[in-house]
Amino acid sequence: MRGKMTAITHHTPDALLAAYAAGSLPQPFALVVASHISLCLDCRAAYDAHQAAGGVVLDTVAGEDLSESLKSSVFDLLDAPVVPEPVFQRSGVYPGPVMEVLDGKPPRWKPVGGGVRQCILSAAEAGSVRLLYIPPGQAVPDHSHNGLELTLVLQGSFSDETGRFGVGDLEVADEHLDHTPVADAGAPCICLAATDAPLRFRTLVPRLLQPLFRI
Amino acid sequence: MTNSSRQISPQTLRMLAVRDARDRAAFSELFDYFAPRLKGFIMRSGTGSGQAEEIVQDVMLTVWRKAALFDPQRANVSAWIYQIARNRQIDVIRKENRPLPEDLAEPPGAEPDASQILAVEQETGQLRDALARLKPDQREIIEKAYLGELTHQEISTQTGLPLGTIKSRIRLGLERLRHELKDAR
Ligand SMILES: [Zn+2]
Repeated sequence: MRGKMTAITHHTPDALLAAYAAGSLPQPFALVVASHISLCLDCRAAYDAHQAAGGVVLDTVAGEDLSESLKSSVFDLLDAPVVPEPVFQRSGVYPGPVMEVLDGKPPRWKPVGGGVRQCILSAAEAGSVRLLYIPPGQAVPDHSHNGLELTLVLQGSFSDETGRFGVGDLEVADEHLDHTPVADAGAPCICLAATDAPLRFRTLVPRLLQPLFRI
Repeated sequence: MTNSSRQISPQTLRMLAVRDARDRAAFSELFDYFAPRLKGFIMRSGTGSGQAEEIVQDVMLTVWRKAALFDPQRANVSAWIYQIARNRQIDVIRKENRPLPEDLAEPPGAEPDASQILAVEQETGQLRDALARLKPDQREIIEKAYLGELTHQEISTQTGLPLGTIKSRIRLGLERLRHELKDAR
């Protein structure tokens, strides 16, 4: 949390934060929201508030009878040794949640054309999430325009019809938004991008080649 | 009602006793309060009784083992345990490792600030009162949302979701975070 903090102007919409706190977001989106919260005090406060609301619901939910042995088996395990789980710290521009998925290692970039590189963090039916590296002046690879799409800037910035997105800013797009994000001059733009539609690169790779690229 | 008495709640004191003194009697009381609720909470999303109890066991053990992470200046006990339960449920049911935000660095040697703890408890009380005053159908939507029974699309399209009370909690929480970080410099 410490260190320089640029002014974040594009935040996680409240409904997405509520869904994240409630555990209703698929993993690709949850990774982007967790990363944004890591960079953004406003959204951390909102996340805390949604947890408070969840706590109130937990207080009011009807209880269920427990097996008689449950309590004693918990108490029997209180002193059992535990292997501490690794804690992944932020590294460079990559927030802790991204470092966890990268298993603490730097991203392994694959070129996708035009100087653009990507590193797929996870890809499944429910959606995918990847890191993108976009040189200044290059377009962010064609977004799916087909479902929800979250893009969090980690380095540099990009601009599109809706405005400018700098470090920590989150762009939320869906099929109603027709936009062409382009990396601004300066440092290459690195972003974390999640979508619930299959990834597509209409402008860069012929459709037939897509299976080869796992996109 | 407890708001005016300006006393830290017994629940928070028990959790602090677990955190700071590894107090088993306090943990036993927390278990008696939370374990049945957690089981009910987990079973609401269709998990059977046996698996629900396994998750309850994991959650209560996490409460004991990770007690050092409990910060009553940011979350009351129920909110903290709620999040542990959701994480565990997702890890077990969806077999995913749920992405979590970085922990907020605690200022070294920070003195606990009773007024901040009380502020969190007071706001939680207000949130509880506000939810209790909702019409039953609205309250049901809130419950479903936080029990994880709505998809994110459903939450986004729920215009009836009365998030106003949460908004004021966000503003106050942000002020507290800024205050904490100021101390951390
Ligand atoms: Zn934000």
